[in-house]
Amino acid sequence: MVPKKDVLLEIKELRIEGYSDEQWIEIVHGVDLTLHKGEVLGLIGESGAGKSTIGLAAMGFARDGCRISGGSIDFDGMELTTTPESDLRALRGSRIAYVAQSAAASFNPAHRIIDQHTEAPIQYRIQKRVEAQEDAMELYHRLRLPNPDEIGFRYPHQVSGGQLQRAMTAMAMACRPDLIIFDEPTTALDVTTQIEVLAAIRDIVDQFNTAAIYITHDLAVVAQMADTIKVLLKGNEVEEAPTEQMLDSPTEDYTKSLWAVRSFKRPQKQRPTGSDAVPIVSVKGVDAAYGKVKVLDDVSFDIFAGMTVAVVGESGSGKSTTARCITGLLPPTKGEIQFHGQALPPRYQDRSKDQLRQAQMIYQMADTALNPKIRISEIIGRPAQFYGGLHGAELKNRVDELLDLIELDPAKFYSRYPPELSGGQKQRVGIARALAAEPSFIICDEVTSALDQLVAEGILKLLDKLQQDLNLAYMFITHDLATVRSIADEVVVMQKGKVVEQGPKDEMFKPPHHPYTDLLLSSVPEMDPNWLTTLLEERGTDSIGEAASV
Amino acid sequence: MGDILQLVLKRLGLGLITLLVISFLIFFAVELLPGDIAQAVLGQAATPETVAALREKMGLDQPALVRYFQWLGGAVTGDFGTSLISGERVSEAISDRFINTLFLATYAAVIAVPISIILGVIVALLRNTIFDRVANVVTLTSISSPEFFLGYILILYLAVKTQYFPAIASLSSDMSFGELLHRTFLPALTLVLVVTAHMMRMTRAAIINLLASPYIEMARLKGVPPWKVIVKHALPNAWAPIINVVALNLAYLITGVVLVEVVFVYPGIGQLLVDAVSKRDFPIVQACCLIFAATFILLNLAADVGAILTNPRLRHPK
Repeated sequence: MVPKKDVLLEIKELRIEGYSDEQWIEIVHGVDLTLHKGEVLGLIGESGAGKSTIGLAAMGFARDGCRISGGSIDFDGMELTTTPESDLRALRGSRIAYVAQSAAASFNPAHRIIDQHTEAPIQYRIQKRVEAQEDAMELYHRLRLPNPDEIGFRYPHQVSGGQLQRAMTAMAMACRPDLIIFDEPTTALDVTTQIEVLAAIRDIVDQFNTAAIYITHDLAVVAQMADTIKVLLKGNEVEEAPTEQMLDSPTEDYTKSLWAVRSFKRPQKQRPTGSDAVPIVSVKGVDAAYGKVKVLDDVSFDIFAGMTVAVVGESGSGKSTTARCITGLLPPTKGEIQFHGQALPPRYQDRSKDQLRQAQMIYQMADTALNPKIRISEIIGRPAQFYGGLHGAELKNRVDELLDLIELDPAKFYSRYPPELSGGQKQRVGIARALAAEPSFIICDEVTSALDQLVAEGILKLLDKLQQDLNLAYMFITHDLATVRSIADEVVVMQKGKVVEQGPKDEMFKPPHHPYTDLLLSSVPEMDPNWLTTLLEERGTDSIGEAASV
Repeated sequence: MGDILQLVLKRLGLGLITLLVISFLIFFAVELLPGDIAQAVLGQAATPETVAALREKMGLDQPALVRYFQWLGGAVTGDFGTSLISGERVSEAISDRFINTLFLATYAAVIAVPISIILGVIVALLRNTIFDRVANVVTLTSISSPEFFLGYILILYLAVKTQYFPAIASLSSDMSFGELLHRTFLPALTLVLVVTAHMMRMTRAAIINLLASPYIEMARLKGVPPWKVIVKHALPNAWAPIINVVALNLAYLITGVVLVEVVFVYPGIGQLLVDAVSKRDFPIVQACCLIFAATFILLNLAADVGAILTNPRLRHPK
């Protein structure tokens, strides 16, 4: 047992309420939390578990529309629930710092990075401006940012996402706080960038012996970062244990289900052989450009009926642009898209209704892809009406049938509006809308990346079932290789607008790989707590430095 | 910087095209007014022969499109023709009046713009407090009252009852600058009251709109005090909408002063316009309208450029 004097933060019976529908509703129901000096605690759970809310409460902060309604928060002898706001403010940035999920949104676009970094040290009179700037450069150096002496003098939009996230970690370190709250700091990053940021965070926290609360929904990530893991569900604690023990032998069923979530895997299908086998969709030597910037370079691949082709790559690799070319939203500058062996007109305006009907899309953000003011029945019914010419009772039957297909009870959901649905339900409606046109081919653009893992698994299972029943072809755009493992038949790896490798899934996951595929595959965090350490040793510091300068 | 220059030139070009379209509209709108100019000048007693002679002399017998291009050609070189009533050159009749109007507008703007932006920042900081509500009610009241009413109220209390300021803002060329400011204070104050509310409320709204941004939360979590969160972190990102509303109100100060000038008998371009309309002095009406249109376009152009210049993404390209 660690002696009591080393306790930095002790939260007891914390209750937090949120204001919605004109009343206060409790969202955190009495959570305890103890953090020692230099310790890293991982808080994990799905969205709505109250992770961020608890993290912010550790700074004595509640977002607008939230309030701390009970319990105690003892930070190094100070009771934060009763401390006046001005004293709390003096604590923030100096003794407790915060690293937000999206560095791109959390840096003020109007000021240079280093001016935002030095704001707290200057305000607390810890350092003069010049000293603070020198210290910032020193931290940038330690975090292995490229051009550490110069990068701070840029504006946030001039720096990449991964670099900004490290700059924000440096900013949190500016006053050498005792505690840093990391709120999903790598969730918005690509796997390859995520590694650099994780390594940088871990190093700097070690070097200064800073205590940290690391909030994430990604188990493999928390396994690399935390000494102790606490699992949360809907504002309640499920269990807490040291990392190794938690990974090896979780006791609660909920934790076990989280651990087992990536178990879904369906058998891989093979392409039809023989000369009469024609792919449903064939992308042939496609180039595309936004204005003068070329974004696709000679992209070619085929998709056969009833099969799933996963297109993987980092953001900016051209995955979604390829989808835009296929749907005709962005006419290619060279090459063509074939459908059943017939070339499609490049612009969707020139395609026939039947050609449009055959290819449908499901989007990443079901939240923004569904009009919040239109009933589910109409969202699903409109394509059935437009393409199928259905009316009245026929249309209603068709909508009911579609709702049955996506496993939502027609009696309950027929006349609801999207905001009344959960994230997973909205995504199901998105799927039904695509199905309503009776397509033979569906583009799924990161359809599970905004969802919690359990919910995402449900969506993947549904898509798989629909594929079997309706013999659909999927183009599955994703950056998540675990998703690829579970549902893909074939894989296309893209980098900087080019296809670097493609083939059946089992071959793709077996060495030898193209170097870029290898980098992608090895960057996916694993549940082994030593994964990051081992990987960094294997790659050597040079390769990190190299990757960091990209 | 080349990009910005290109953008500005493009906007300037668009502005010129807009102005051209408006000049066309102005010319033909006046053309559509009922009655014949020559008839109007000569009065009801004129014989048809004299009217026809005058029409020929004034060039009115030529097709409208030809006259439009003659007029436009003149306008480009600053020659708007001669007044039908006094025979004076239009450019001369207008220039002094326009300078007076510009002076009054500048006077009002110098007071109103800083006050409304500072007030806007303060009410954003003290949002939902009693101060915020009082400021809102007061400025809303002043914007909702017609300006002639505001003007008469001010005359009643600041001129008639207390005699702090003159009720009539007449100008003479031998006045000192201080005296000029004193004379024109009441019309300027009326204009200030009319435009402040709009700019203040936009400043408040633009700032509050940003307060939910992650970077504002970040600033709070760094321990930045509330006033500094607003002034340093929110305001620099709120300039674009604020500048637009300021430009709109500045344009109003020049083109919308007619009533205020009439109330205070101020020799500005608005009064001239009203006189010219009632006397059917079309060259002056056309020139005034064109100047108003140019002012509007120029100020909106300035607002666009200002909004571009305050955007760090455009100022510091990758």
